[in-house]
Amino acid sequence: MNSSFDHNVNESLSIDAYQVCVDYHGTVALYDASLKLASGSICGLVGMNGAGKTTLFNALMGFVRPSRGVIRINGKSVSEAQRDQIVAYVPQSDGIDSSFPISVWDVVMMGRYGGMNFLRIPRESDRKAVLHALERVNLLDFIHRPIGTLSGGQRKRAFLARAIAQRASVLLLDEPFSGIDVRTEKLMSELFIQFRNEGRTILVSTHDLSHVREFCDLVVLINKTVLAYGETSEVFTSENLSLTFGGMQPDPISGSAAPEEYF
Amino acid sequence: MDLLLSFSPFDFLVEPLSYEFMRRALIVSALVGGVCGLLSCYLTLKGWALMGDAVSHSVMPGVVIAYALGLPFSLGAFVFGVGSVALIGFVKQKSRIKEDTVIGLVFTGFFAFGLVLVSKIKSNIDLMHILFGSPLGISNSDVSQTLIISFIVVSLLILFRKDLMLYCFDATHARSIGINTGLLHYLLLSILSLAAVVGLQTVGIILVVAMLITPGATAYLFTDRFDRMTFLAVLFSAISSILGVYFSFWLDIETGGSIVLVQTLMFLIAFLFAPKYGILKTKHNIST
Ligand SMILES: Nc1ncnc2c1ncn2[C@@H]1O[C@H](COP(=O)(O)OP(=O)(O)O)[C@@H](O)[C@H]1O
Ligand SMILES: [Mg+2]
Repeated sequence: MNSSFDHNVNESLSIDAYQVCVDYHGTVALYDASLKLASGSICGLVGMNGAGKTTLFNALMGFVRPSRGVIRINGKSVSEAQRDQIVAYVPQSDGIDSSFPISVWDVVMMGRYGGMNFLRIPRESDRKAVLHALERVNLLDFIHRPIGTLSGGQRKRAFLARAIAQRASVLLLDEPFSGIDVRTEKLMSELFIQFRNEGRTILVSTHDLSHVREFCDLVVLINKTVLAYGETSEVFTSENLSLTFGGMQPDPISGSAAPEEYF
Repeated sequence: MDLLLSFSPFDFLVEPLSYEFMRRALIVSALVGGVCGLLSCYLTLKGWALMGDAVSHSVMPGVVIAYALGLPFSLGAFVFGVGSVALIGFVKQKSRIKEDTVIGLVFTGFFAFGLVLVSKIKSNIDLMHILFGSPLGISNSDVSQTLIISFIVVSLLILFRKDLMLYCFDATHARSIGINTGLLHYLLLSILSLAAVVGLQTVGIILVVAMLITPGATAYLFTDRFDRMTFLAVLFSAISSILGVYFSFWLDIETGGSIVLVQTLMFLIAFLFAPKYGILKTKHNIST
């Protein structure tokens, strides 16, 4: 990548994206997206539907190849970071076959595969990590249940547990709050704060501004490109928000919008 | 058949064993059944039934060419099996045609090519043997080919057991932890081609797909655990093969058809009576 010549890689940054462009068969989904996240922070990724949030995650995970730009995670390339279990990803929808004959325990154990030997035989430390992860998301009672028999919220927690079990220092979560009840939402946001206090870096996308207000240290506003990023209080200006939401007022009922508060 | 009724179960099982060809047919069919049964778990969960059908039909010209050139038939079959998969992938990627259409298109083309070749290459190839299998007339060299290929397939499935399960369950996660899913995709397709090669020995090209999906589907109705599913599928499949060969012997019926019919009957029994997922299950347990 020739663009790495004009960009100095900073190793202390957890996520360092520089002028990332992604297009799908010629249609540009993301251009010149730059972003620097220091470790030990929670960053909200905010944008409306189609703004390119999932696309940015896909680029950070190497699922799409940026047509331009550089991405470094803890100073490493995306594939190195994955190989070293530095980054864990929870996709927007898990997209799994819910009748797959597999238990919650086995699903969470899959978070440990990357660190296991070739035959993926769990060691004691793997079992401990899985148990611990299930405990943190409050799913210990569901260990032996087939994954398909869980409710939507429980399933989200199971996939979060899988990411926790990876013990990765960078967590990428695509819309974890969609379709869950208030209790699960609270459990998740408390977990994110704990992770931050453990020194991990969390990038979490949402289209609901109330989450950002509650627990994000930093915020990235995107609409096809990064419009603004930085401290939540500095970034939330009415100008930025109207750019982000294309002049539309975000939903006032959810209490998430009210950009006036940030004037 | 009153012949059958006058026999004890002991005679039913033991008498055929006095024939060399029956011993061979039973061992080969049971082995092939077990191998295909193991793979069938992955194929049914991944949703690759049609792919199984495609690969097994596509090997036809390979078998014919190999016979004509005096090469091991499994070599020709494997080359064409993998070739069809590669072609399916290529056409799908380069055109806007849906995958199941591409699959149907490619494998019928290969199969037709095979039929034309058989009619043109006048040799001692027996079309019926290729199409319907002939485990009772299997030769020594065919037995050793089957043993070798079965060993390769089972070894690969055991070595990559967890990775293939993860790939079938959640390929996105597999990628996100740095596993090469492209490699797993082609590994599974290659295993499929090899299994089709051994499967067509016993039940022939047309019915191989049954060996590759029915045992997995039957086992799936009994359990929510992947491990148990693979165990049951292997067991059901091997038993079907053995019973099928015995019925073929005693009733003088076509062997491949007999084996697959036993498999289908076993599926039917599971469909009706499986404890949790059978349609006639007696217990309506309220989930806790
Ligand atoms: N696989 C794809 N192929 C083509 N276009 C896509 C694909 N995925 C996303 N897009 C387009 O890219 C844009 C950004 O999508 P996405 O990243 O999913 O947005 P968000 O997650 O913020 O809702 C959208 O306009 C969408 O239509
Ligand atoms: Mg999205």
